[in-house]
Amino acid sequence: MISRDDVVHVARLARLALTDAELETMREQLNAILSHIDALRGVDTAGIEPTSHAVPQFNVVRDDDPRPCLSVEEMLANAPDRAGDFFRVPRIIEE
Amino acid sequence: MNWDVVIGLEVHAQLTTRTKMFCGCPTTFGAPPNTQTCPVCQGMPGTLPVINRRAIEYGVRTALAFECRVNAGCRFARKHYYYPDMPKNFQISQYEEPLAEHGALEIDLPDGRSRRIGIQRLHLEEDVGKLVHEGTLETAQSSLVDFNRAGVPLMETVSKPEIRSPEEAAAYLRAFRAVLVYLGVCDGNMEEGSLRCDANISLKPAGATELGTKVEIKNMNSFRNVQRALEFEMKRQAEALDRGERIVQETRLWDADRGYTRSTRSKEYAHDYRYFPEPDLVPLKLDATWVEQIRAALPELPRARRQRFVAAYGLPAYDAALLTQSRALAEYYEAAVRGFPQPKLVSNWVMSELLRELPGDDERAIEQAKVTPTRLAGLLRLIEDGTISGKIAKTVFETMVRTGEEAAAIVRREGLTQMADAGALTAMVSSAIAANPRAVEDYRKGKTAAGKAIVGQVMKASGGRANPAMVSKLVEEELEKITKR
Amino acid sequence: MGATIHELTAAYRRGETTPSRVTDEYLARIARLDDRVGAYLTVTAEHARAAAHAADERYRAGRPLGPLDGAPIALKDVFCTKGVRTTCASKILENFVPPYDATVVERLAGAGAVMLGKTNMDEFAMGSSTEHSALRVTRNPWDLARVPGGSSGGPAAAVAAGLAAGSLGTDTGGSIRQPAAFCGVVGLKPTYGRVSRFGLVAFASSLDHPGPIALDVVDTALLLGVIAGHDPMDATSIEAPVPDYAAGLEQGVRGLRLGVPDEYFTRGMDAEVESAVRAAIDVLKGLGATLERVSLPATPYALATYYVIAPAEASSNLARYDGVKYGLRVNGHDLIDMESKTRAAGFGAEVRRRVMLGTYVLSAGYYDAYYGQAQKVRTLVRRDFDAAFGRVDLIVAPTTPNVPFKHGEKTDPVQMYLNDVFTIPADMAGVPGVSVPCGFTQTGLPIGLQIIGRALDEATVLRAARAYEGATDWHTRRPPLS
Repeated sequence: MISRDDVVHVARLARLALTDAELETMREQLNAILSHIDALRGVDTAGIEPTSHAVPQFNVVRDDDPRPCLSVEEMLANAPDRAGDFFRVPRIIEE
Repeated sequence: MNWDVVIGLEVHAQLTTRTKMFCGCPTTFGAPPNTQTCPVCQGMPGTLPVINRRAIEYGVRTALAFECRVNAGCRFARKHYYYPDMPKNFQISQYEEPLAEHGALEIDLPDGRSRRIGIQRLHLEEDVGKLVHEGTLETAQSSLVDFNRAGVPLMETVSKPEIRSPEEAAAYLRAFRAVLVYLGVCDGNMEEGSLRCDANISLKPAGATELGTKVEIKNMNSFRNVQRALEFEMKRQAEALDRGERIVQETRLWDADRGYTRSTRSKEYAHDYRYFPEPDLVPLKLDATWVEQIRAALPELPRARRQRFVAAYGLPAYDAALLTQSRALAEYYEAAVRGFPQPKLVSNWVMSELLRELPGDDERAIEQAKVTPTRLAGLLRLIEDGTISGKIAKTVFETMVRTGEEAAAIVRREGLTQMADAGALTAMVSSAIAANPRAVEDYRKGKTAAGKAIVGQVMKASGGRANPAMVSKLVEEELEKITKR
Repeated sequence: MGATIHELTAAYRRGETTPSRVTDEYLARIARLDDRVGAYLTVTAEHARAAAHAADERYRAGRPLGPLDGAPIALKDVFCTKGVRTTCASKILENFVPPYDATVVERLAGAGAVMLGKTNMDEFAMGSSTEHSALRVTRNPWDLARVPGGSSGGPAAAVAAGLAAGSLGTDTGGSIRQPAAFCGVVGLKPTYGRVSRFGLVAFASSLDHPGPIALDVVDTALLLGVIAGHDPMDATSIEAPVPDYAAGLEQGVRGLRLGVPDEYFTRGMDAEVESAVRAAIDVLKGLGATLERVSLPATPYALATYYVIAPAEASSNLARYDGVKYGLRVNGHDLIDMESKTRAAGFGAEVRRRVMLGTYVLSAGYYDAYYGQAQKVRTLVRRDFDAAFGRVDLIVAPTTPNVPFKHGEKTDPVQMYLNDVFTIPADMAGVPGVSVPCGFTQTGLPIGLQIIGRALDEATVLRAARAYEGATDWHTRRPPLS
């Protein structure tokens, strides 16, 4: 089942800062859920196509026609940190 | 130790559709920050993508030009990673079912050889926004994000690892770009970022079959830099391997100013992109008839056109290459030849005079050139029938570029008709000789080059209009007469 | 109070009252009662009055826009409303004001509906009790100590308590039908793609369904008629024409074949729920429908399948909440630190759990075993319905295995997930399903009957629901709130 290292790794992928206690609780809860989900593994799905759309459709496209953009003000109105007409983010450290 | 170089190139081309891949925002370059966005391309909650049909068409067109198999069905997938230039923190791309696969590009190398480089796959995706760092990425305390570019359609093409030298890589890129520009799907501007290239390079012992560890090289913003970066990296890896070191699988950035590649501190494991099929988009089933219509409408591609110019016009390979660098230029040349059927002469004029004024790969500039092919032909006819000399014709050309007038009109207005009257010319020759005793003395001493100085004087005195051949002959005759007296 | 939309608009047409007067009455009732019910997160009084005023004019001129003109409606706070806070009941969007309207919001406004406000929900629609809202507690109007169901607990409670005449919710694993059952009102999950998702803040893209919650089937049909239909902004929306749902409602059930699925009457389900639902099925039989046993054998796996697919898609859809462009930001010493702290602070426990679970099942090495396998089992669930609908026209079943439980009673996540066993399959298959009130427990808690139909056959689903409603009066009862 899920190890603590797995949980740490997934929390990193998901960008969630969890305390040690939270990581442990999460590990337990995820394991409980996964043990129920594991019932799926026993289902015989040989030759079955996956469903990615409940009501199958194809070829939905649009024409290359411009639509009005929103103004800078509207787009930046919710910005947590705005610098001029840009969104500002703290220092980016390559992973 | 002899090492074989194995290079693969990944090219991202921005498509010249009017709107973005999944929304109706315009794709024009250089707009003020965050003025070309909408809730969809900014990834606002609740928004949904819708595929731009023209982007698919451009992708199919390109795939066919590269002899790829266009897949009957394809779909989009989400590629997850966190980065501030990606509004949704996933990119809508294609993964297991790309638009096209297994094509090839023929390239011609400077030494005359040609090679066929395989193309593994071609797929469509959305571009990301732009980050502006105060300083460099490494030192900046904060960065600024502009989402104008986010969502612009990108076509990613991955070559097979069949390129065998940095020189070949540059040739592949040039040829690749020429095709895209010919097809009208991309403007191929590496400086502006509409064409981007990443490379994978590895070394293996000469003749071995197993590939070495590959290193990804990014941040090469011109053909020349691609070649320089790969040359550096090749050397770096060879030296390391010769020292018995292991090559680390990593991404390195090319630093053009300092001329080296450096590690980006990224860890050795690959990103876990957690691909899954994009649930907000339904799959595409490409109609075979539609694909055939696109194939039928493909223009003559650069290489084929180059070969035809050599065969049909008897042009040297160099001329053919220059003249076919853009579709507009090639068409310009052919129109000019139709008006003045001397291919080599027209080629010389186009290559030296026209291309001095206009960049040959700027489709629009060529199409809008004031010196149209018909007008150029008109100018060449005036030289041929002796109305003006070739030299005068060059100044006429410059005026034509400025004013857009017909050559004949300019010649008439400025009185540039060539002087070919023997009597008048003889008089001018005599004056020039009389005014240049030293040149005469030099000539007497055997420096025949002094005659040229006299010719020059006569040309100057005539405002360049004297028929140079006649002047040369008269000067020579006169000087001979004087010095042999 | 407790009037239906069609009663109200009939009164408007007869000149007995006006949209403005009714809107004021609703706003006053909200001011008086919502402290106890807790349905609303944002009340848009000015907005509502302006819309009502415009509706007044139209009725005065004898030119109302249609059957929804002037109807006071509440919207689950998962639909983007331009200029009006849209929170998804999450701290991470607590102050987010969208610059655009969801398509369904535009359509309702275009029909003259008066938006009273945005209602509470489980955070990002993840939950079955509305207890996972980060912003407010919503109580079941029939028993304030109990939950209204979820995730559309706010809309269902608002309608049940007379704090709105109708509402829009969303259903991903049962989140319209289950709260409708718990609150004694009607809730319809349409066919997937029947109603546009543009502007609906995504939880699980292939499972999210916007739909109406109302006091009776007539209102439900009226609301559906306005919001349904193709939307070029949603590539998964269906182009099929929208029938006049209201027109076909009174055809009765004579001759309709109803399937009773073995797997939906499970050991351990509440006895009162089972007996009320069986009695309801008998009513339908008495009205001329024929009954047949059917089996949907993949049903036991549907829950597990859902709890792979929904969290996977959710983890992807919620990746965008990172403190960069909108929403909460918690400062950090660098970008990754900022994003991680923001998301940890902004997402509640259930959301974090599902994001982690979803990220895990999509991560390298696990895709085939979990997500890939779940998508295939999903096909089996769809095939079950296809096969059943080869023999019957509708499937009738309980909506939930249980009755509304007390706040704080279900703390184990897995126990909470079991609320959705009977509703999840219809989401997986994308087929339409409605819950209508079909009785009460001895202690006065509502029970819901579920009717499921073929894809795009909302008309038959509604027709059967209307027939049942016409033969009973459960839908006329109102909770004892004063």
